[in-house]
Amino acid sequence: MNLADTMAAIMWLGVTCYALFGGADFGAGFWDLVAGSAKGGAKQRKLIEHSIGPIWEANHVWLIFVLVTMWTCFPVLFGSVTSTLWIPFMLAAFGIIARGSAFAFRKNVTKLWQKQLLGVAFALSSIVTPFFFGAIAGAVAAGHVPVGVGLGNPVTSWVNPVSVMTGILAVVTCTYLAAVYLTADANRSSSDELVKRFKRKALVSGIIAGIVAVSGLFFLHRDVPLLAHGLIHRGLPLVSLSGIAGVLTLMLLYTEKFIAARVTGAIAVAAILWGWALAQYPYVLPHDLTVTGAAAVHATLVATFVTACIGTMLILPSLIYMYVLFQKARQ
Amino acid sequence: MLTTFATAVANPVAARSQMGFSLGWHIIIACFGVGLPILVVFAEWRGQRTNDLVYTTLAKRWAKALALLFAVGAVSGTIVSFEMGSLWAGLMSRYGQVIGLPFAIEGIAFFIEAIFLGIYLYGWKLLPPKMHLLMGIPIIISGIAGTFFVVSANAWMNAPRGFSIVHGRLVGIDPWAAMFNPATGPETLHMTLAAFMVTGFSVASVYAVALLRGKRGRYYRLGLLIPLVFALLVTPLQIAAGDIATRSVSSLQPVKLAAIEGLGKTTLCAPLSLGGYYSDGQLHDALKIPCGLSLLDKFNAHATIAGLNSVPVADRPGLVTVVHLSFDCMVLIGGGLFLLGLWFLWSWWRKRDYPQTKWFLRAVAVSGVLAVIAMECGWIVTEVGRQPWIVYNVLKVANAVNPEHGIQYGYYALLLTYGILTVVLIGVLRLLARIPLPAETETPKAPEAVRYADRRQP
Repeated sequence: MNLADTMAAIMWLGVTCYALFGGADFGAGFWDLVAGSAKGGAKQRKLIEHSIGPIWEANHVWLIFVLVTMWTCFPVLFGSVTSTLWIPFMLAAFGIIARGSAFAFRKNVTKLWQKQLLGVAFALSSIVTPFFFGAIAGAVAAGHVPVGVGLGNPVTSWVNPVSVMTGILAVVTCTYLAAVYLTADANRSSSDELVKRFKRKALVSGIIAGIVAVSGLFFLHRDVPLLAHGLIHRGLPLVSLSGIAGVLTLMLLYTEKFIAARVTGAIAVAAILWGWALAQYPYVLPHDLTVTGAAAVHATLVATFVTACIGTMLILPSLIYMYVLFQKARQ
Repeated sequence: MLTTFATAVANPVAARSQMGFSLGWHIIIACFGVGLPILVVFAEWRGQRTNDLVYTTLAKRWAKALALLFAVGAVSGTIVSFEMGSLWAGLMSRYGQVIGLPFAIEGIAFFIEAIFLGIYLYGWKLLPPKMHLLMGIPIIISGIAGTFFVVSANAWMNAPRGFSIVHGRLVGIDPWAAMFNPATGPETLHMTLAAFMVTGFSVASVYAVALLRGKRGRYYRLGLLIPLVFALLVTPLQIAAGDIATRSVSSLQPVKLAAIEGLGKTTLCAPLSLGGYYSDGQLHDALKIPCGLSLLDKFNAHATIAGLNSVPVADRPGLVTVVHLSFDCMVLIGGGLFLLGLWFLWSWWRKRDYPQTKWFLRAVAVSGVLAVIAMECGWIVTEVGRQPWIVYNVLKVANAVNPEHGIQYGYYALLLTYGILTVVLIGVLRLLARIPLPAETETPKAPEAVRYADRRQP
């Protein structure tokens, strides 16, 4: 494994963290929307606010980390992807604006209609942003992004069955993760009624996510046979792991082992991401651009690697301290 | 072919407008992320030292505004990083490996800031007071560090270093040399101080308006004094930093200096010009101090200053009047705020109080907006004055822009979204300001009691 591979792995780790933490924050917006009437859903909304309020910004930074690592270490990849797919990027950005503002503002407004309006913004963004990020992933995986600045089709590259499918998969995965995490949080705040509600949500969304993921494989097999081939050969161990973890999560939820369900739920999602990466390796843009081909010069890779190492030493303890502090506070 | 040509012309305009708008918007919010933690932590520290509830109340209320502004800044900053690709893919795909590093380090700084801000904002009740105060320190450090790294990337666009081009290929890439280019020192210093000024004057404005509306008491008095003194202390430093920055522009980007002064032709004993407009290769209707520019810039009245005609027409900035007037506006506001400081100092020396006239409060009330305008003018000078280059003498804007169709529609949508965001943000900030004060802070404390409280603490 050379330095370019290492940096690609670090970047992918960032993508994974963003999916697992940031993704769940987005998914919560959906549950916020369907929590019911202002009065009946108040408890659920409060739980969501308490769970995400302190940490969503830190979780959001994973996205920034991925972007800056990509443009520093794989500038050609960054330029090709963002220029061809500028429309889904901008649409995802609008979702990010809506979500961030809704969360920041909602605590401070007092009138019901204001809260409801911002709640709708939160919910809309929780669908919009994962969808377009998923569609971007699909466009890359399906090989619709050529190498170069603005050389791809800005519309058909991401408006196609595979991209739409990966977009939907991203949305349901985020809602599923959110429900699994929130069930554990509800359990800690020891409200049986809330636990029951979120447990049901987690089970239903888990089953839907599984169905979408499996049916996605058929789409992939039809439209991007090479990636499908990679997934069921080189990526098979990870794809299987994802499936097993997914089923295990449902069982753990059913038997009310919520903390364990959190772990297996996250593994199910992470395994799919790494399975995709493995299936596509060494290409970052299928058949056109490899990890090494896209990589920056050695000096830049070294500098970014050192930065990432020092950053990890600073960030990891801080992040753990933060999560522990707020998890404790909720008990 | 014709359509390709049309996009090639239209895209740089749309892309520049969008980048200018979204960065110009983001930078105002970002200033508070850098400056406000200092005020919050200072107020909290004073509150803990003196057991004076007014300080603690100020700290808590400012922290609420900080939470809001930081969240909005995190979001608008993300949009800017998307635009690095969706608008400037031509720049990043080629030079990302040269100038990406400071962004990567800034990412780390931002991460730390976000984590500790989360701990600080939600930890008032969870942590012991001393520990809570300590959690504010990383926020301050990472905010300033973040400014340094991001602005160093901009400095590189003005003074590109850390690579060479041989037969059209980039060789000898050294990201550290790119980051620590000669413009980094002057620019980062100038911007960090600008962030302090914007924060200090803006927060002080809020309390000046309240005092003008007849509010009284220590809460409003300290709410005015803490940020105001902070900003007034920074102002003379900023004027010195501005001088350093202008000298750096003079040696690194002589064409930008020529645009700043509207100097069409290379001139011996060049005048310092105020106001006026530039057309047909010269400045009209300007107030000119003979040989002033030569004297200021080279300490020699007979020195030669390079004019715009020192480079081919295609390499000159188009909007010289805009650059020239923006610079004048920035300097004028800086000078005015400095005078405000002298007024304050004189009154404090004589009466141990800020000037007790409505005119002083009125001046403070507009100082926040003025500081923001000065900062924006400074960025206009930096960015418009570098045209047509995106990377000075290396890459033109037209060659850096994403050539895909329809970029302008993204810009229109962004304008609409930011318009709504601005209205909501201001509305919610006003709601925050209207939250009633805790009863203890409403009644003004007797001065003796305060002094006693001050003395009691070591």
